[in-house]
Amino acid sequence: MPNDSRELILRRIRKALAVTAPARHLVGAVTGPSGHPPQDWLPPVPASEAERIALFEKNSLDLKTEVRRCSDAAAAASELAALARENNWKSIGSHRFALGNEAVSALGLPVVFTDQPYETASLERCDAAVSGCDCLVAQTGGIMVTSASAGGRVLSVLAPHHVVVASTSQLLGDLADAFAVLRKHHGSPPAFVSFITGPSRTGDIERILVLGAHGPKKLTVLLVQA
Amino acid sequence: MSTESVQFHRDADRLTHDLRHRALIQKALGGYYIKRDEQKKKYTDWQQARASAAAAKYEAVNHLDTYLIELSDKLAARGTKVFWAADGAEAADYIASVARGAGVKRIIKSKSMTGEEIHLPQALEKAGLEVVESDLGEFIVQLRGEPPYHIVFPSMHLTRGEIDATFQKKLGSAHADTPEELTMIARNVMRQKYCEADMGISGANFAVAETGHISITENEGNARLSTSLPDLLVTIVGIEKVVPKLDDLAVLLPMLATAGAGQNMTCYNTLLGGPRQPGETDGPREFHVVLLDNRRTALLADPEQRDALHCIRCGACLNVCPIFKNIGGHSYGTTYQGPIGSVITPHLRGLQSWKHLSFSSSLCGACAETCPVKIDLHHHLLQNRRNAIEQKPVWWEKPIFAGFAWFMRRPGLYRFAAPMLRLAAPVLHAIRGQDIDPLSLWTRTRDLPVPPSQSFKEYWRDRNAKR
Repeated sequence: MPNDSRELILRRIRKALAVTAPARHLVGAVTGPSGHPPQDWLPPVPASEAERIALFEKNSLDLKTEVRRCSDAAAAASELAALARENNWKSIGSHRFALGNEAVSALGLPVVFTDQPYETASLERCDAAVSGCDCLVAQTGGIMVTSASAGGRVLSVLAPHHVVVASTSQLLGDLADAFAVLRKHHGSPPAFVSFITGPSRTGDIERILVLGAHGPKKLTVLLVQA
Repeated sequence: MSTESVQFHRDADRLTHDLRHRALIQKALGGYYIKRDEQKKKYTDWQQARASAAAAKYEAVNHLDTYLIELSDKLAARGTKVFWAADGAEAADYIASVARGAGVKRIIKSKSMTGEEIHLPQALEKAGLEVVESDLGEFIVQLRGEPPYHIVFPSMHLTRGEIDATFQKKLGSAHADTPEELTMIARNVMRQKYCEADMGISGANFAVAETGHISITENEGNARLSTSLPDLLVTIVGIEKVVPKLDDLAVLLPMLATAGAGQNMTCYNTLLGGPRQPGETDGPREFHVVLLDNRRTALLADPEQRDALHCIRCGACLNVCPIFKNIGGHSYGTTYQGPIGSVITPHLRGLQSWKHLSFSSSLCGACAETCPVKIDLHHHLLQNRRNAIEQKPVWWEKPIFAGFAWFMRRPGLYRFAAPMLRLAAPVLHAIRGQDIDPLSLWTRTRDLPVPPSQSFKEYWRDRNAKR
């Protein structure tokens, strides 16, 4: 192994920083230790739950994420069964999570569970992935997943259709709220966290939007009232 | 003129007259402007958000040693191996040796401009490894043997027809008409590659010191797959990518998406804090993070331009730059194109060889105005010009100005010479821009105004005489 240049780089940095740089960008700014938290300048997030759900749904629509509202867990199970029929699923990938366990087993389909050792090839052959999440973010229309909440690092990105089962109590305002949840659920943020904001997409050919570049072509959120 | 400068002027001249190229770029960017403005309008205050983003980066860059040590310690605490590379060769050697040590044959790589900067794919291929770019745009330009055209949109200079031809030739695929079909061809090829690869390589958009996480922003899902399927993962991070707090990302991630692609958030924003942990069933078993200097500390040592290290590589300054829109990304001959490339390349690769980029600017300031982290780009272009001349003065400039000053201090001579110029004007006009025109360097691309029939002095004299 070649030698590390840690000390050399740190020496260069300290020598460079001996001279202070002007902070021109702070002229006229009201952000800072005594000012507003930076997220105050981002797109506003309403306070009430109903409005937040509406904002999440609107952002999801723009992102081409399908949101299906479910009154309770039983309704979510029947929506999942409907999705399985509509899309002709033969097998799915999933993991054990409170909101999804019954709905997944009620499908009666072969399931590759990714919260136990599994083969990538068999997961790759699945028609859909059903997972939970840590939270939903109203401001961006995003879904925050971690290995613990969404069956590992791969499940939520490998299948052509990703279905997230989440409850309305998991819907938060912005990313800063989501980071707070990370700290609350996990102590310190775990080794894998991902914000999923819509189905996989690309615009690399003539800047024309194509869904399902490498990850899921479809993303469905079953939003259970809680 | 440096060879880089000769190449630049030749390519820029060719592409400026390529109307097909121009139409393609205008169309692509037209869509971007609309989406970007729609997103910006949603912000409570875009200007204050810019100041917040700039403040986070200012804090990081001006305490770089502290935050890098914190980042490195936090990453190591979860079992990540951190390697500090002083230059590109050191980084590439290390990554090649990691690959050799693990008996790697096939590498799947997601987008990394830092990797491009140090020619990492070429170095690994030379070491006998297969490197496949998984980002669709990068994959297309890799198949064509071209460098990326744009920091964010690597293949924006190509039509579907050209991409179809490339795929047919290189992949043996059937003819495809639509972007959708072409994307699916790449998707299917890539699926195979993900499963076969024994090593993944990725870049980084941010690195969070507080928690020890690498943050990767993407739309396609290729980075998520490249960083979670292979058993071995290497991420290459420029040292300026560090941010102090996790909460800084609450602003930076949406702003990167808005400035870069007119999105609310990009599709996947992933935080990687280590290899597979106890209790995890997938993810890489080994994770290396390479922190790269490669002359970033030289830019850091220039307090006047230090804020250029705030750059989050969103590409917004390219998208609004009148020079970029005319000459295109490849003409620059650099890893980083557009205004930011013109500012930092002289620091990274030598001022005298790359100063021409700072002179190729209208100084309109659109870049500085659009930059989400408030880099003072157009002033930095001026500073590069000044530094270049101070370092290596042009020998004839001083005598010319001395002569001009001498001439201007002699009213008699001026009175005699001014009508001469007026007489010469029609001749100069007739030969304007041609080889025999002594001013052709200037007039080839500029108009030569016809001098007025009278000087102000003459006019004033006549006017008073009439009274």
